Amino acid sequence: MLSVQNTDAPVTFTPELLGKFAEIVARYPEGKQKSALLPILHLVQAEFGWVSAPAMDKVAEYLDIQPIEVYEVATFYTMYFLKPQGKYMLEVCRTGPCEIVGATPIMEHIEKTLGVKEGDVTPDGLFSWRGVECLAACGYGPVLQIGPEYTFYENLTTESVDKLISDLKGKANN
Amino acid sequence: MGRKLLLEHINVPGINTFDVYRSKGGYASVEKALKTLSPDDVVEEVKKSGLRGRGGAGFPTGMKWSFLAKPEGVPRYLVCNGDESEPGTFKDRYLMTHIPHLLIEGMIVASYALGANTSYIYLRGEMMPQIRILERAIAEAKNAGFLGKNILGTGYDLELYVQPGGGAYICGEETALLESLEGKRGNPRIKPPFPAIAGLYGCPTVVNNVESIAAVVPIINHGGDEYAKIGIGRSTGTKLISAGGNLKRPGVYEIELGVTVEDFIYGDDYCQGIANGKRLKAVVAGGSSVPILPANLILKTINNEARLMTYESLSDGGFATGTMLGSGGFIAYDEDQCIVRNTWNFARFYHHESCGQCSPCREGTGWMEKVLHRLEFGHGKMSDMDLLVDVSKKIEGNTICPLGDAAAWPVASAIRHFRDEFEWHVTNPSVALTSNYGLAHYADPLPVLEKAEV
Repeated sequence: MLSVQNTDAPVTFTPELLGKFAEIVARYPEGKQKSALLPILHLVQAEFGWVSAPAMDKVAEYLDIQPIEVYEVATFYTMYFLKPQGKYMLEVCRTGPCEIVGATPIMEHIEKTLGVKEGDVTPDGLFSWRGVECLAACGYGPVLQIGPEYTFYENLTTESVDKLISDLKGKANN
Repeated sequence: MGRKLLLEHINVPGINTFDVYRSKGGYASVEKALKTLSPDDVVEEVKKSGLRGRGGAGFPTGMKWSFLAKPEGVPRYLVCNGDESEPGTFKDRYLMTHIPHLLIEGMIVASYALGANTSYIYLRGEMMPQIRILERAIAEAKNAGFLGKNILGTGYDLELYVQPGGGAYICGEETALLESLEGKRGNPRIKPPFPAIAGLYGCPTVVNNVESIAAVVPIINHGGDEYAKIGIGRSTGTKLISAGGNLKRPGVYEIELGVTVEDFIYGDDYCQGIANGKRLKAVVAGGSSVPILPANLILKTINNEARLMTYESLSDGGFATGTMLGSGGFIAYDEDQCIVRNTWNFARFYHHESCGQCSPCREGTGWMEKVLHRLEFGHGKMSDMDLLVDVSKKIEGNTICPLGDAAAWPVASAIRHFRDEFEWHVTNPSVALTSNYGLAHYADPLPVLEKAEV
């Protein structure tokens, strides 16, 4: 069951982040600042790695809306993480066209390689993975994406997945 | 090879930049429209072109535009639907990645035609790279005087923004998209009122697919009549088809509507046949929502005529023996694919993506997923097929938005055309776990129809 989670870490929005918020709010007519909610939640997630209840409360305060208006949105859309994830969240497309070109073996390989179940985080905090629904890259399957940039890795094989994981480990350790 | 209107310059190095795009004749339609045509003239050209919505529904774009209410003193909006989430469809991503200025150009002309001074391009949140590409293109266009205040000195103002979604298939439905753009859950609205009367922020709004808006550019450049000469009957112009699955050469193809399905699958200019030398078993021609057809019925209609890539030919025979062009998400299945497993996969997708607003869809999609799961994993019953058809019928037509229909059709059509494969899963549960039913008779020639006495 999805629910919003608390966090002990203090949630502060930096002036840079607030500057980005203001830029987004300026796109909509006067009084329609709630339209900025989805883009702002993406920015919050990129900054903190997930969206915690206190972060959502602060967003609500910033947009002058009720916290529940933020919770209901964050729990509706699948891209917002309601609990901490690994630094790299591997999201593998599991829908029809990717499935028939081998999405399931790729997910099984990732599970085996990382040694964690779908949705769990590796002990070093670097990785988590999950199957997601169609990513609109059906001609290049199997595919996976990694946020917050949402870079795509296409035509996956077990070898290319191994290389990706080892590259990301190298990147994180530098 | 047919004419290319959208992807003509796709392979020109640097076509994603303003300068190169402009040097290839880019933004000519903006100059033509803003300087020589009235907004109504632009609408008229689009009507004449016969362009039909490229997102899946196929509703005439010009007609949709002409429904837009124009009350005094109320802003009007154009919103581009780039939520592209229909399994099998990846044409808009391709277009925006490689030739983003085509969409910006179309947005300017379309916004001018509709009298919108602020327009939004709503992209699914997973398309962050495309959002960055479009934002850079918008900045370039603005810098060159094609966006902002007093465009090209004509007195027309337009601001264009890109909005990310949050990961929800349902936001491809236009009223769910508007809810999402307003910062809410993507629950489709009850219609009427239609967005043309009360859309974004309660103001008159047109929502169009990425490809529809891009198609406005060649329509204005060459004229609606010229555009309408391409294609067959009411299927005019070119269409982007995103081909995936077990094809030798999957990818995005711009076709003139009217190419035969056979040529599209096997032709050298297109997909070049089935990968790994296998045989074709089935096709989903227009995104996961449209009925799946066995190989014989997708290549030829029940009257033994070659099936064409047009709205009319693909739907020839209705749902009994036909399908739909839909969004152009073309998925080919080879002889080793399991139809039961694929149907379960799609059912899981729709269950996952149901917004939960209407009971038939919220409950029905979950029920279908469960029943299909047990069929696939060796616990099915002979009565399950009728049960699935029954549930699908109770969803279809009984929901606020078409997601219910979209969930029902793939299940109903799979059982209609592949019932013996489902039955084989029930009678051979342990065999079905490790092997597939195979090609069976699905690729055999069409049965000879007895000529009806008139």
